[in-house]
Amino acid sequence: MEAIKIQNLTKNYGKARGINHINLSIEEGEFFGFIGPNGAGKSTTIRTLLGLIHPTEGNAFIFGLDITKDKDKILEQVGYLPSDASFYSGMKVKELLKLSADLRKRNCDENARLLCERLQLDVNRKIEDLSFGNRKKVAIICALQHDPRLLILDEPTSGLDPLMQMEFFKILKERNENGVTIFLSSHILSEIQHNCSRAAIIKEGEIIVSDRIEELSKTKAKRITIRGDISSLPDLNGIQDKIDSDNSSSFLYSGEWNTLLHALAGCSITDLSIIEPDLEEIFYHYYKKEEEKL
Amino acid sequence: MTLIKHELKQGRFSFLIWTGSICFLLLICIFLFPQIKEQMSGVNKLFSSMGAFSVAFGMDKLNFGTFIGFYAVECGNILGLGGALYASVCAANILCKEEKERTSEFLLTHPIKRTHILSSKLIAVIIQIISMNGIIFMLVILSTLWIQEPIPWSQLTLIHLAYFILQIELAGICFGFSAFIRKNGLSMGLGIALMMYFLNLIANMTESVKFLKLFTPFGYCESADIIASTALDLPKIIIGLCFATIAILLATYKYCKKDIYA
Repeated sequence: MEAIKIQNLTKNYGKARGINHINLSIEEGEFFGFIGPNGAGKSTTIRTLLGLIHPTEGNAFIFGLDITKDKDKILEQVGYLPSDASFYSGMKVKELLKLSADLRKRNCDENARLLCERLQLDVNRKIEDLSFGNRKKVAIICALQHDPRLLILDEPTSGLDPLMQMEFFKILKERNENGVTIFLSSHILSEIQHNCSRAAIIKEGEIIVSDRIEELSKTKAKRITIRGDISSLPDLNGIQDKIDSDNSSSFLYSGEWNTLLHALAGCSITDLSIIEPDLEEIFYHYYKKEEEKL
Repeated sequence: MTLIKHELKQGRFSFLIWTGSICFLLLICIFLFPQIKEQMSGVNKLFSSMGAFSVAFGMDKLNFGTFIGFYAVECGNILGLGGALYASVCAANILCKEEKERTSEFLLTHPIKRTHILSSKLIAVIIQIISMNGIIFMLVILSTLWIQEPIPWSQLTLIHLAYFILQIELAGICFGFSAFIRKNGLSMGLGIALMMYFLNLIANMTESVKFLKLFTPFGYCESADIIASTALDLPKIIIGLCFATIAILLATYKYCKKDIYA
């Protein structure tokens, strides 16, 4: 069953960019990454899925339910972690967690207690006295305490220290192993690479690629690093992200291999490495490719 | 019920401050009455002969020598303006505060219908208005008994009832506006309440714009008229409640279609 199915989803904000004819399909139980820089349309997509904003065009379904017609049934099964969580002033952590559970008509006391323990959160503190990282923990517990079938996480680790990030991803992995679908939106590519099975890259409101992480990494582009006298290396088609230093050069190459090898034959090379680019470079590669198309 | 309780809890300080302030001012006036009662026959003549000013505040028709006449002018203004300001500010903030304080994302990502949020918030506003009026009315009765004045039950009840309806009307109108704005609920609430108040003063002073009384809830809260007729101006009240109903319906339409950005 598809946990999320997005068809032609569009949101226009007048002159400002929203999202444009997005199509995406995420199976139940997947750990899916949604990558894009700030302002690419990640949050707009998420907000539309959650019914916070209304689509201009297109449809989206969560567990087969229409986001515009069955919003409440969808939200019963969804846990959402916003990128910048704000809460009511004057409330203690435990009061807010109770409010969230009550609004869902659920008793989540035991779950909340366990999560607070794992994330080391003091429930007796007032929310306005908490640091950004601790407020993030409150938001994480609000998103997880009712055992949702789908978790939508928008920039979840901002503000969390590295140890807490590890614990958080451990919790997510456990949930995912128990069948929970996770939709992780982030611009931290290593987070996506280490945790997700599939990912989509969004740019200027459009999905430019969506595939398995391994497949994304198997792009034709390779990271080439050359040492030696490379002054005679011509400027070839398919070279991107070139970083030159005194007697070395590193670049992403997606052009013809023979052309490169012929060009390298004319240089005096002392060392050469050809490696699979990491996701960060893939991201750069896809972004660059799209720009070239324009 | 969860949301109503939450709203009441969130609004408790504002409720206590406004109710406490209005009660305090009303008590001062009531407890001062026995002392200034003796001098009132002279003052009465002075107050009723200040031309347009007397007409604006209904002082040309009221007898300051009686408790109800004194109460209508002195306490009526405190209760009228204070109650109107509280009801307006409370209702004007109730929806837009979520967006201003960026809590709407938290609220609206729980499985609750937007119509349910609207009705809960509206009920919370009404509960606060009823509670404030209940406390004030009880305190007025007790303090009147304390100063050993006979209680003019029907006139006093009608004055309080008129102000209660005024607060409900203003709350409805401000609630309507609250769905259309994202911040500045406080300014809008204060602005609407004060505009309605001055609209009535202008209508009282100028015959040619008397029709303005139809558009302001203060139009049916003229204590002098209520005391004289021992009745409420039902047509004006019905018009006022129609305004409030329209505003609430518009708020419902707007809020259900609104895009929430934070």
